[in-house]
Amino acid sequence: MEIKSAVPRRRFDTLVIGAGGGGLRAALQLSQAEATVAVVSKVFPTRSHTVAAQGGINAALGNVGPDNWHWHMYDTVKGSDYLGDQDAIEYMCRAASRLVVELEHAGVPFSRLDNGKIYQRAFGGQSQNFGGEQAARTCAAADRTGHAILHSLYQQNIRAKTHFFDEYYAIDLIKDDEGYILGAVVLEIETGEPLVIEAKTTLIATGGVGRLFRNNTNARINTGDGMGMVLRAGFPLEDMEFFQFHPTGIAGKGMLISEAVRGEGGYLLNKDGERFMERYAPHAKDLASRDVVSRAIATEVREGRGCGPEGDYILLKVDHLGEEVINKRLPGIRDMVKTFLHIDPSKQAIPVFPTAHYTMGGIPTNRYGEVVTGVNGAEDAVPGLYAVGECACVSVHGANRLGGNSLLDIVVFGRAAGNRIIEYLGDHRYHRPVNETAVERALARLARWELKGDGESVAQLRNDLQRAMEHYCGVFRTEDVLREGLEKVRQIERRLPDARLQDHSKIFNTARIEAFELENLVDAGLATVSAALARHESRGAHSRIDYPARDDVNWLKHSLYFKEGGRLAYKPVRLQPLTVEPFPPKPRVY
Amino acid sequence: MRFSIYRYNPETDREPRMQSFELEVVPGMMLLEGLLLLKQADETLSFRHSCGEGVCGSDGMNINGRNGLACITPLAGLKEPVEIRPLPGMPVIRDLVVDLSQFYHQYRSVKPWLTVHEPETEVEYRQSPAERDKLDGLYECILCACCSTACPSFWWNPDKFRGPAALLQAYRFLADSRDQATAERLSDLEGPYRLFRCHTIMNCVEVCPKGLNPTKAIGEIKELMLKHMI
Repeated sequence: MEIKSAVPRRRFDTLVIGAGGGGLRAALQLSQAEATVAVVSKVFPTRSHTVAAQGGINAALGNVGPDNWHWHMYDTVKGSDYLGDQDAIEYMCRAASRLVVELEHAGVPFSRLDNGKIYQRAFGGQSQNFGGEQAARTCAAADRTGHAILHSLYQQNIRAKTHFFDEYYAIDLIKDDEGYILGAVVLEIETGEPLVIEAKTTLIATGGVGRLFRNNTNARINTGDGMGMVLRAGFPLEDMEFFQFHPTGIAGKGMLISEAVRGEGGYLLNKDGERFMERYAPHAKDLASRDVVSRAIATEVREGRGCGPEGDYILLKVDHLGEEVINKRLPGIRDMVKTFLHIDPSKQAIPVFPTAHYTMGGIPTNRYGEVVTGVNGAEDAVPGLYAVGECACVSVHGANRLGGNSLLDIVVFGRAAGNRIIEYLGDHRYHRPVNETAVERALARLARWELKGDGESVAQLRNDLQRAMEHYCGVFRTEDVLREGLEKVRQIERRLPDARLQDHSKIFNTARIEAFELENLVDAGLATVSAALARHESRGAHSRIDYPARDDVNWLKHSLYFKEGGRLAYKPVRLQPLTVEPFPPKPRVY
Repeated sequence: MRFSIYRYNPETDREPRMQSFELEVVPGMMLLEGLLLLKQADETLSFRHSCGEGVCGSDGMNINGRNGLACITPLAGLKEPVEIRPLPGMPVIRDLVVDLSQFYHQYRSVKPWLTVHEPETEVEYRQSPAERDKLDGLYECILCACCSTACPSFWWNPDKFRGPAALLQAYRFLADSRDQATAERLSDLEGPYRLFRCHTIMNCVEVCPKGLNPTKAIGEIKELMLKHMI
């Protein structure tokens, strides 16, 4: 008989870690099905990073012009540079319209067309008729769509009486000897006290890891906590080499300027006043896929055609749209540019540069949100473990995500995972006994940061990591630079055990939280650089100067990174959709 | 630049104190960046923050006597020493971190969700652009609590008065052409406290970092009530 530690315990059917759109959509599905759900979030739910999504959510409603889900599917597969799994992509694009209507019914204040239907705008990589004319598929609430969706989902969860553990930080998963996931050890930030949450099912929805890079569009909470937990539990991360650099972050600062700006008619200019995207993407121009536009901007700057005294940015011209369009469709952007750059976008162009934005890779799952860790195509699910959203890799985004598909991803797979969990709960009616060794192991992580004395600070190591990732693993990559980068990140990993906290108090100790976050960042960084070094081709966001072409013969496959030994394995791309013909890889031009 | 920052850790301090800091600042720096640099030097300094661009609502605090978000408050132009205190009127957990339980409770109390009694349609509910325009200035609230914690009526009655943030949300649903719970929403706000403790002091309007106007929304609710009674 094992002796239980004195840590208090709570029991639920499902533990959801993370209260962004993915976690809240799943929680809503579960609460409405009368499962008991605990949502653990390190910030109050409406402060999750979904709140910062601007431009919109894709669905082929066809409110503005002809559209259908199959065209959306084609664009997503092509956008993914054929690395996306086509069964999951078909599922997502088919579900999109229904789920957007559902969000509207849940209260999301979408902008409207004159006929009262949801407003839709053009976004990058969207086409009619499999590569034809530009489509307008992105449903928008002005340029605050993420805010509108997150608040509505939180409101519906209050109505459904979901249990919220606000400002609790998840330390580690509890895994038993047979491989079942039975909940997590969490820390109440206000008191510094640990708590064991026992659950028959655990859903990870902790978001991306944009804080790996010094210049990024992400909130400070995006530290890959769920990814770290999964790696420590012995499971792999998939396709971490694919990190999206958004073409238009505010130069030198990183705040996101939505693709909606180009969707509404804004365009990019180099120092000669040239609309240079015409050279890189003659058809789609400024609305080519994000990876294409980011590389074009970086190339313009590298070749000396950047703007400003240092020639280190590009201009995004908006003023020709007129004050009315800007005030009506882009009010958030207008305010942000005024606040951070002290310029009025209706009068002056915005200085922009590609900025770390979105983690395409993540925890490997199938289209039901189940975590699947098998290599070489085995698809057995980890019992009791699910993941959705940016922390997961379904994979619907493959090597490059299309704008407007991330909000869609979280609601589609949040709901799908909720439904799958409900099925699982029907078959697994009772809690399995908690593995006390796993609890002790998580508590040891807490104890480690109680060590006193001199040592490097968490902030110092984090700064070094972010600089290394930016320098060695950015938009353009080569073997030598990546190899050096991997060594740099490994050095940081080796320095980590000697780091010390100066603040050991219990009450609302944010320094301690940042230490746990740093451990997760380092693991995600190692996964990213290792997978990038190994992949000898250019595909989507992963751009190798030494291997400039896509190599479908050797590299049309997903990478899997394991923490133990930094080992890499691979599994095939799922090229077979659910009902339609596959889209076979072909050269990708915009 | 000189700062004077409210410090209180219940584990070690018997009472709160103000601590002086000095920091070299660069042009264009926001207060949050300054605080983060101070925290790198002294990691015990505690405050909430996340998105860094004024949309998550985490870093509301009292800056030289006025509530605001640290991440969109430029340091340039702030009178020195910059006096930073937690949002007023709420219990302090530690340093600049306050307990917002009552604020959130009041938010939940106005049932801030769209309520429709009829069966759901299979397509979106129709709403004209003019009807949708009525939600502008209401739905953008980020729950930063700057307004409610600047409101004397909320300081005196945080358990009974809904406060400007919650009332703005109440009106956001009353103003939504899709919502069908007008009568319930209005009757829920009756009585001397929930709505009527607002004395149009307008501190809420003055401090809202998103430029919203809770006082106006409260006025609209009162007018709706009047119409409803007739």
